[in-house]
Amino acid sequence: MVERTPILNFLTHVILFLGFVFCVAPFVIVVIAASHNLKDVNDVPMSLLPGSDFWINIKTAWTTADLGPKLFNSFIMAAGVAAGKVIISALTAFSIVYFRYPGRMLIFWLVFITLMLPLEVRIVPTYAVVANVLSPYQTILDLTGLSWLIEKISGVQVSLSLGLLNSYTGLILPLIATATGTFLYRQFFLTVPDELTEAARMDGAGAVRFFIDILLPLSRNNMAALGTIMFLWAWNQYLWPLLITTDQSHATAVTELKQLIPNVGGIPEWNIAMAGTLIVMLPPLVVVVVMQRWFVRGLIATEK
Amino acid sequence: MEKRVTFSRWSIGILFAVPQLILIFTFFYWPAGQAVYWSLTLQQPWGGGNIWVGLDNFRSILSNADYWKSITASLTFAAISTGLAMLIALVLATLTDRQLAGSRLYRVVLIWPYGIAAPALAMAFRFILAPEAGFMAVVNQVWPGFWDPGLDGTDAMASIIVAFSWKYVGYNFIFFLAALQAIPRSLIEAAAMDGSGVIRRFWDIQFPLITPTIFFLLVINITESFQDSFGIVDIMTSGGPANATNLMVYKIYSDGFKGLDYSGAAAQSIILMLLIIVLTIFQFRFIERRVHYR
Repeated sequence: MVERTPILNFLTHVILFLGFVFCVAPFVIVVIAASHNLKDVNDVPMSLLPGSDFWINIKTAWTTADLGPKLFNSFIMAAGVAAGKVIISALTAFSIVYFRYPGRMLIFWLVFITLMLPLEVRIVPTYAVVANVLSPYQTILDLTGLSWLIEKISGVQVSLSLGLLNSYTGLILPLIATATGTFLYRQFFLTVPDELTEAARMDGAGAVRFFIDILLPLSRNNMAALGTIMFLWAWNQYLWPLLITTDQSHATAVTELKQLIPNVGGIPEWNIAMAGTLIVMLPPLVVVVVMQRWFVRGLIATEK
Repeated sequence: MEKRVTFSRWSIGILFAVPQLILIFTFFYWPAGQAVYWSLTLQQPWGGGNIWVGLDNFRSILSNADYWKSITASLTFAAISTGLAMLIALVLATLTDRQLAGSRLYRVVLIWPYGIAAPALAMAFRFILAPEAGFMAVVNQVWPGFWDPGLDGTDAMASIIVAFSWKYVGYNFIFFLAALQAIPRSLIEAAAMDGSGVIRRFWDIQFPLITPTIFFLLVINITESFQDSFGIVDIMTSGGPANATNLMVYKIYSDGFKGLDYSGAAAQSIILMLLIIVLTIFQFRFIERRVHYR
């Protein structure tokens, strides 16, 4: 750039190329291994020339792990989480930024604190809540004596119960219950000029109208960035779907991968395993490549 | 920063916040409270509610050698994988920032790994690092018995560190590159005019200016190494051999859901929560104040 540094330039190219190889090699190896037959994939050293069984392996992996419905489940979960986050975070951020009701700062901090504890560390009790999502409210009614009161008055015994295990709702809702997107919107709303709000109010727009007709169209970029990040994040979730989908019908593609690990002492079908891995890693990779701009922007904006 | 112009109808404002409040109450605050309650009580074997045991759960966990082994494993994993991922990413980002021919390609490709699900990349690395097939098998042919993550704890730890670092190099790269590109070019050109070389400019200008990013990534990498490692551990080693890779989140999962010891798992969750809260507060208070250049 500013001076001539031939040796350093050469080194730069070498190191960057090594980094490139380091990043791409696993992808290449997965593709090549997925194209070999059982014998070739277990050869030492494995041939780096692609074999001819690629489509057969893909097909076998697809049927063994029943990936069709699983990919569909993954897609529903990822899209649900992305949409839910995009909508709910916008609502909350609007409330925090554009109103001055008492307790606003309390709400701000209540939401903010959720950033600190990821789902993984409170996994056991969250599972218990999802098993009966109304149990918190039942407990509150019991403790405050309200359920006793209701029973006395109406003769109905209160027992709230709604299990969300093995359901899309159960997969999606707990993943939405954090503050990630709220702060992205908050930062953006704070940069929207006050004159815009004043003009809208002068033209007779109320809060809801302003939100829908002015603020949301302005935040399109934020929505794309947040949606991309959340889609990838949800698609790649593993522990949570693993726990709450005891029934095969709601399992996701990522949790199904485990079915394809060759057993110790069994037939080492690495070609099938790698074909399955390829199928599972392809959708997020396509999203990263196609949505690169939003992906980078979303990452940097949501975390900071 | 506050808005000067706001809307006056409080009721509407509060209504807008209600969906998120219900969600975080049900799926965040209640479970977190539940974890505290469980960690202080013990479930009776034949039902009949929980009995209060005070800090006994914590005492029994903290006196358990397996738990300390798990903490040591987690910290080793966090330290080495964070160090590796950040160092490699910093080198690659600094070199990409020199904007020689081809740097656009690197900018695109180097972030791919971060898009991949931890279990999927764990599967790929399980094959690549398998002792009997794949690539470490070649090494094993030359030195028989050199590499076996199924039997040797150090090898297993090395495998999960490689897999995790591979993913987070991509992540750190994005942030480092963004931080480096935010540095005004004129600053670097002025330094070059004054006769400082590339390395001198890195240490005296670029590095000090990106310290906030470095500390930010340090905290994120460490917390992620506690959570995102679950998929990698579950697919590659299942916590073995001999608990060598039984990281904290994996132990909570196996104690709670396989061993059905809710109270023990809850106590472990609380300890992990405290650890992460301390890290986060550390980031907000200490680092934000010490490292401030703008």
